[in-house]
Amino acid sequence: MEKFNKLTAVAAPMPLVNIDTDMIIPKQYLKTIQRKGLGKNLFAEMRYNDDGTEREEFVLNQPAYRNAEILVAGDNFGCGSSREHAPWALLDFGVRCVISTSFADIFHNNCFRNGILPIEVSPEDLSKLMEDAERGANATISIDLEAQEIRGPDGGVIHFEIDHFNKHCLLTGLDEIGLTMKKEDKVAEYEETRKMQQPWL
Amino acid sequence: MGTPRTLYDKIWDSHVVDQLEDEAYILYIDRHLVHEVTSPQAFEGLRVAGRKVRRPDATFAVADHNVPTKDIEKGITDPESKLQVDTLEANTAEFGIPYFSMTDDRRGIVHIIGPEQGLTLPGMTIVCGDSHTSTHGAFGSLAHGIGTSEVEHVLATQTLVQEKAKNMRVTVHGDLPLGVTAKDIALAIIGKIGTAGGTGHVIEYAGDAIRALSMEGRMTLCNMTIEAGARAGLIAPDETTFEYVKGRPYAPKAGTFEQAVAYWKTLNSDEGAKFDMEVELDASELIPYVTWGTSPEDALPITGSVPAPSDFADEGKRGAAERALKYMGLTAGMKLSDIEVDHVFIGSCTNGRIEDLRAVAKVIEGKKVKSTVNAIIVPGSGLVKIQAEDEGLDKIFEAAGFEWRQPGCSMCLAMNPDKLAPGDRCASTSNRNFEGRQGHGGRTHLVSPAMAAAAAVTGHLTDVRELG
Repeated sequence: MEKFNKLTAVAAPMPLVNIDTDMIIPKQYLKTIQRKGLGKNLFAEMRYNDDGTEREEFVLNQPAYRNAEILVAGDNFGCGSSREHAPWALLDFGVRCVISTSFADIFHNNCFRNGILPIEVSPEDLSKLMEDAERGANATISIDLEAQEIRGPDGGVIHFEIDHFNKHCLLTGLDEIGLTMKKEDKVAEYEETRKMQQPWL
Repeated sequence: MGTPRTLYDKIWDSHVVDQLEDEAYILYIDRHLVHEVTSPQAFEGLRVAGRKVRRPDATFAVADHNVPTKDIEKGITDPESKLQVDTLEANTAEFGIPYFSMTDDRRGIVHIIGPEQGLTLPGMTIVCGDSHTSTHGAFGSLAHGIGTSEVEHVLATQTLVQEKAKNMRVTVHGDLPLGVTAKDIALAIIGKIGTAGGTGHVIEYAGDAIRALSMEGRMTLCNMTIEAGARAGLIAPDETTFEYVKGRPYAPKAGTFEQAVAYWKTLNSDEGAKFDMEVELDASELIPYVTWGTSPEDALPITGSVPAPSDFADEGKRGAAERALKYMGLTAGMKLSDIEVDHVFIGSCTNGRIEDLRAVAKVIEGKKVKSTVNAIIVPGSGLVKIQAEDEGLDKIFEAAGFEWRQPGCSMCLAMNPDKLAPGDRCASTSNRNFEGRQGHGGRTHLVSPAMAAAAAVTGHLTDVRELG
């Protein structure tokens, strides 16, 4: 997993609430057996016409936002299915950070496993960042994970909260499975005790 | 006596293997269900790192999302779907994981066959790379969906790194009126608290109305918990649960079963246990629900009308309503019962069980599906199909003009040949009405099986209580 520390990039505004995982990556693209290559299908239903041409009005099709690496989105981003194809598609497109007032639980977890930083901010801060994002390519936003700060184009700073473990995972690009496997003794011990207590399992 | 604990606290405490950081714990996983869509990259990850599956015996696999529900004997024609199912078959063989193949009568939707086979037991932790894993909470097991990286983590270690969620209790008092079902309770709750209402929480369902529900009804309710944003839904196990579990192929056998029941009886929230949030509902006041928009929280009683964007105080909700009305092709103010449908879909992990099919048969027996409606019934598993046929339900369905299909996820998510065309409108017993969910441009109205049956007969959303 790629580390995340600092990022300065164009932020694309998506002021919709409840952007669900079917919007982020429609089901017809879940048939892949790869992690890569989903970027072209990100937001496919909103992004393309039926004939496959781009819809000009969709934010990521506009010249200013084609290289956006940050999304600023409405409440409850990522609700719906557990498909990790959603963060894979975001990452493959180049998005490394999503800012919203709230995230669906499984999507939130999936982001951290893929080097994407989901940031929760207050509704007031979100509208400020949404305005910044609407100013296009000339208004980049900077994220500093170590300091837990978002810096707007006018120098305003917003502090954000993140739990220690997830922060550590992103900063170090940690292999979580490797970490757990180091606890093999404890897992084995747990299994032994459980076998005695609940033999039906 | 220690501090009073909730059911969630108890299951959580009994599965903590170790604490990693302030908030991160290693949680042991008792049962891991695997399907074809969210697992190929996880198995590939294991191979790349040279890792094994720690407990193939606690893992179970079946293909459901891509499986056609017609002419299954001919196999899968879509090459991508076929590759995904073949990949699952090869991976389960390579790693020694039990697997029900597409020709096995016991196959079906993963969340239907877990309980059916007795793989789902009270007090367990159960995960699957699928958000509707919340279904299994109906047994008093802590069950939730995970992403593919976490699937790989569980395969390799039989554990997950988790943070503890908050406790929420939804109490449903009183008796459900005739014609009102668990699906209506679910839609009423989501309509009330919203799709983010449960975010960060595990919901325990309590109250007389919940106790009175069958296991099928409880599964429907817990299934929809994810649509309220909660990590999992839980119902404390009771005699209804034990009776359902007893004698199932993977359930504890006689002798151990009694020992298990003694433990399962301790799985309930202690008097005075602390809930971070409480919601109450009166079942006797409920009427059948339908959704009008593109989020499960867009749920209203069938007696209501399509809302106007100006009915919403919140700016975000207003925008969402405007977009939803446009997508759904509806006008504010029109009566919900005037909405005409051209498709009816009955099935899915929400409502594809035997009781759901019986409810449909009861409504449509002696009636006909309206000629303008294309109606399909898809049993949730091969065993549900066999049971329905033993009870003669298939004859009732076919006599009424329904298509009786083979098991699978079918039109719930359109990853297989069953899908809506742009502009098609469907009364559906599934769980999500998102844009494009049942097919590009398709319009979904979520309803209970009885309400779907009523819509099939009249050709429009209909209050099943008024259908003679």
